[in-house]
Amino acid sequence: MPDLIWVYAEVVEGAITPTTLELVTKAAEVGTAEAILLGSAPADAVEALGAHGAQKVYRSDDALFNDFLTLPAIETVAALIETHQPALVLFASSYAGRDLAAGLSARFDCGAITDVGDFQLRDGTVEATIPALGGSYLSTATLVNQGPKLLLVRPKSFEPKRNGGSATVEPVSAPSDGGVQRMRVLDRVTVPVEGPQLEGARNIVAGGRGLKSAEAFHMLHELADLIGGAVGATRAVVDAAWVPYSMQIGQTGKTVKPDVYIACGISGAIQHLAGMKTSRSIVAVNTDPEAPIFKIADLGVVGDVFQVVPQLIAEIKKRKGVA
Amino acid sequence: MQIIVCGKVIPDSSVTLEIEPGTKRMRRKNVPHELDPAAASAVETALRLVEQHGGSVTFLTMGIPDTTVGIRRALAMGAADAIHLVDDAFAGSDTLGTAKALAAAIRRETYDLVICATESSDSYSGIVPVQVAQLLGIPPLTFANQVSVEGNTVTIHRQSETGYSVVTAQLPALISTTSGICEPRYPQLKGIMAARKIEIRTHTAADLDLGPDQVGESAARERVLSVGPPPTRAAGRVIQDDGQAGVEIAEYLASLGVI
Repeated sequence: MPDLIWVYAEVVEGAITPTTLELVTKAAEVGTAEAILLGSAPADAVEALGAHGAQKVYRSDDALFNDFLTLPAIETVAALIETHQPALVLFASSYAGRDLAAGLSARFDCGAITDVGDFQLRDGTVEATIPALGGSYLSTATLVNQGPKLLLVRPKSFEPKRNGGSATVEPVSAPSDGGVQRMRVLDRVTVPVEGPQLEGARNIVAGGRGLKSAEAFHMLHELADLIGGAVGATRAVVDAAWVPYSMQIGQTGKTVKPDVYIACGISGAIQHLAGMKTSRSIVAVNTDPEAPIFKIADLGVVGDVFQVVPQLIAEIKKRKGVA
Repeated sequence: MQIIVCGKVIPDSSVTLEIEPGTKRMRRKNVPHELDPAAASAVETALRLVEQHGGSVTFLTMGIPDTTVGIRRALAMGAADAIHLVDDAFAGSDTLGTAKALAAAIRRETYDLVICATESSDSYSGIVPVQVAQLLGIPPLTFANQVSVEGNTVTIHRQSETGYSVVTAQLPALISTTSGICEPRYPQLKGIMAARKIEIRTHTAADLDLGPDQVGESAARERVLSVGPPPTRAAGRVIQDDGQAGVEIAEYLASLGVI
């Protein structure tokens, strides 16, 4: 019997998240993949989960899961785990994923491994690979508890593939216990982000402290527009309030994997590298020849961003025939 | 309003974090420590709430004796009281073991609100706050970048993938704060002097009735099997800007088909 592996499916902005589909693909490669989908979801959600390898989807579209934070989902997933006892439950390292895995771990007195980049399952024993201390180490870990084993997996750890078929739907009921209604969601506010979203961007131009001010980000936006990319930033720059948190790339921000990453005035602290070092090609411009970013750059330029970037913009315009 | 802030005291930012091959744990002994900036923001959030609503702040941390310096910092900022969970028996605790120790200490106090940093700046697991809340049986309002209290109701702005959600709950509750929630104050001399007089309360695992099946390495559900160097990415070309580097980058982007 292949091992039963569950994925907690998430919906953001009316679509199943890319990480969910990455996890379902991986789960189907390792064992029998099934998904749990709670709350409102797009009409093609079950089809997408099935196409990526889920054989079954536990489903409730009860509004309770949208109106009340975390606790209804903990109750529902806990009840399903007790009944079906999956070998492994996978969550994205997202807001919802972390809260749910944490709650279930306390509930079942079981372990949860965070920040997982890859995993294997052998004879019921899980072996997870984790980039530790911002990626300066690679460690492997296992869970030795009885009962459920929970993994929180980093986005973009696996390629999503439509190698599956179609999933059957098993309806589940929402918990009737009033205790789960203790955190009410009053409103959901979308904060508009300038330009394309970082996740999924084909190319990214990112700025660090070397840009010296918020104004210098105009230059990065211009460059990003020219190469069809999005603009990101380091934690230092976000903490200095030059740009919003939604632009932060790194351990505590977003994980990205673009075709080209152009790092401008970024020294390359391990926390930042953790969020971008799997980019296919990396270009870095920094005044400090000792900057760690040069150790991973495919093309590194020791120079002044205020000289190099405007020249790059001018050259691209020239080649594109743009005035 | 009584607020307990759980935070970590970590190797300071000048320290290159290392993993000891023997224990496979982060090296924490004999390095300078500081109050985690994320924890400082949580302390600041708590201080602003008690300035508005009255009450006091207790700082709670688990750590080796070297971490006292960070506890003093929280007191100098304005926390009235501190609890230090310090015992070799806690060493090697995983997230759940840590949460059990914190929850056991909190249970011995009276409180309206528990505030934690979402994640520490040295290990980033980000799941201890919800584990603590679940063990205490109080609602966990997580990833807060704004907090307000009115009467018995707490309301937060919870960071989301696309912006934020407004979420509300009744006290007692737990909040985890994002690092950007507020700028921690710089302690004043008066605060630093006053903090020296405050006696830091300490608890061992035995004080909290926690045995080796609950905390420490023996209780850890998560076991580290190996620690090694990461796969290296082949370093590329590094050039000095000779006045034409912008053109050179354009050339490289063209070779990749980006332009």
